Amino acid sequence: MQEVRELHLELGSTLDSADAAELIVQRLAEEYGFSAEQIEHLGMAARESMVNAIVHGNAYSKEKHVRFSVVVGPEKITVTVRDEGLGFSPTEVPDPLSRENILRGSGRGLLLIRAFVDHVEIHPAEPVGTEVVMVKFSSPQAGGQSEHKEE
Amino acid sequence: MSLSTSIREVSGVVIVDLSGRITLGEASGKLRDTVRDLLAKGNKKILLNLGDCTYIDSSGLGELVSSYTTAANQGAKVKLLNVQKKVDDLLQITKLYTVFDSYTDESEAVASY
Repeated sequence: MQEVRELHLELGSTLDSADAAELIVQRLAEEYGFSAEQIEHLGMAARESMVNAIVHGNAYSKEKHVRFSVVVGPEKITVTVRDEGLGFSPTEVPDPLSRENILRGSGRGLLLIRAFVDHVEIHPAEPVGTEVVMVKFSSPQAGGQSEHKEE
Repeated sequence: MSLSTSIREVSGVVIVDLSGRITLGEASGKLRDTVRDLLAKGNKKILLNLGDCTYIDSSGLGELVSSYTTAANQGAKVKLLNVQKKVDDLLQITKLYTVFDSYTDESEAVASY
């Protein structure tokens, strides 16, 4: 059985970092035998969370970084993205599915993250920022059919 | 893979063939500029062919919506052609399938305007 592997990076607040995070997550998931669809979904969740951190959290600041972590094993992969922004409350994000918001040009990132991983936690980071933790299980037996949860 | 666009006209409908990924940054900007340029030139019937577009992120989806609303505000119509499964899944998740007229047959799409 493959051992659990960890990767921790501090990335700049540029869109190149989102590209890199997407690629890293997908390569690690592939290495650990996740399906093609799971790999696709993980890449998108990683990209969306990185873009949120870079654009909304750090506002592209050169002085701010995004901490990006991946812990992957045979049963699950956990991706953590942490910015240095002012923070936000996920409950205050307008529902992109509601009739009044459906034609908005933005605001769908969290919806896609929730759709593409099995478990999401969003909470304030210390001393500043927001941390998003995303978990995807390799199979239903490993917990892949658990409800989406947020804390 | 970046986004490439090519433009052709069929029976008064401008078809934009999009190839690559539509993500935040250069690609979404390219889509925005292309549609706005077409609208500025007076085109009212715009068909975005997504047949070679296999990846769109939330910003790309947002740009599609913005293209739709910008066109509608100018009395024009943006429709979609050849949406691939991965992108269609996103339209379902975001309910944007309720916004866009989407076609799998180009002739049918052209005739729909």
